[in-house]
Amino acid sequence: MILTSLDVDVASFEARTGWAIRPQGACKAEMCIPMPEGSDRATFDATVFAERLGMPLVAEEKHGLWALGPETLGRALASADAPEFVLPDRNGIPFALSSLRGLKVFLLAWASW
Amino acid sequence: MWQELREELRPKGLEIVTIALDVGGVDAAGKFIDKANAAHPSLIDQQHLLDELYGVVNVPSGIWIDERGVIVRPPEAAWPGRAVFRDFIPKELPADTDPWVVKALDLTKQIRHDPARYLAALRDWVDNGAASRFALTPDEVVARSRPRTRESAEAAAHFELGQHLHRAGHPDDAVPHFREAHRLEPDNWTYKRQAWSFADRHQRPTEVYEGDWAGDVEKIGPENYYPPSDI
Repeated sequence: MILTSLDVDVASFEARTGWAIRPQGACKAEMCIPMPEGSDRATFDATVFAERLGMPLVAEEKHGLWALGPETLGRALASADAPEFVLPDRNGIPFALSSLRGLKVFLLAWASW
Repeated sequence: MWQELREELRPKGLEIVTIALDVGGVDAAGKFIDKANAAHPSLIDQQHLLDELYGVVNVPSGIWIDERGVIVRPPEAAWPGRAVFRDFIPKELPADTDPWVVKALDLTKQIRHDPARYLAALRDWVDNGAASRFALTPDEVVARSRPRTRESAEAAAHFELGQHLHRAGHPDDAVPHFREAHRLEPDNWTYKRQAWSFADRHQRPTEVYEGDWAGDVEKIGPENYYPPSDI
């Protein structure tokens, strides 16, 4: 997740990473990792996520940016629940994976390069 | 490309979604999508988000998801009926062909692929659902997904900065981040091939990056370019 400030908006954080802030902590699928006080806050310091979820925080000083990488909890897939994403088609129209619930889905990743 | 397969399997309850891992976006992937003129969703992933979210490290990769949104096969090499990379192998080469290209084509011919088996497995799952022997349990899916090490997570963060800077008009500032992603997760081919293709369209050796496609594939052995699958 690209950051321009270390104050991370929890709604954007959830949309990008799938980790939701709940009273019990940061939760994804069946898992909840306790967070420090104030789980009702709208923002968290990125270093808190970095420490609690094992997310690397990489600074890009020249451009005043940070990247908060994925959690390190063992495997790329924390559970078998398909991580949600919203990606555009070639006309820029967003498409949500979850809109296909009720169908089997075959995702095929390819590239032009 | 997969239109015919889609027409066969969509009435049986399967949707195909193609996702182009292309930092270059519509400029890079658009013409292929237009040519395919597919009725199924054809999406563009400029950030290579699928690497981070699902553990994709090469293309083509297939992921199977059931009706409830549960993954039944994590990313693996996918050939739904046709191995597209074989289309790029010419029958004969002119005598003056660049030796790197000769080597790259020779390695390409040795890459493991079995489109017929893959297609049969996909059809079996569409027909039999959870009872298909190719549908894995949630525990197997998690266990078979890529290890998420500190290094691979840092590689994802560097790649994200690289693609962000490249798209923001700072391609030179993107290079150190792409290089760092390559160092941290050397078996991630989408990170490597994407960046190499910016330095040289054919992914030949350059002064910008340590590796190149043929050189790196030769090092690991072309039979290991796609890890074996039980399909």
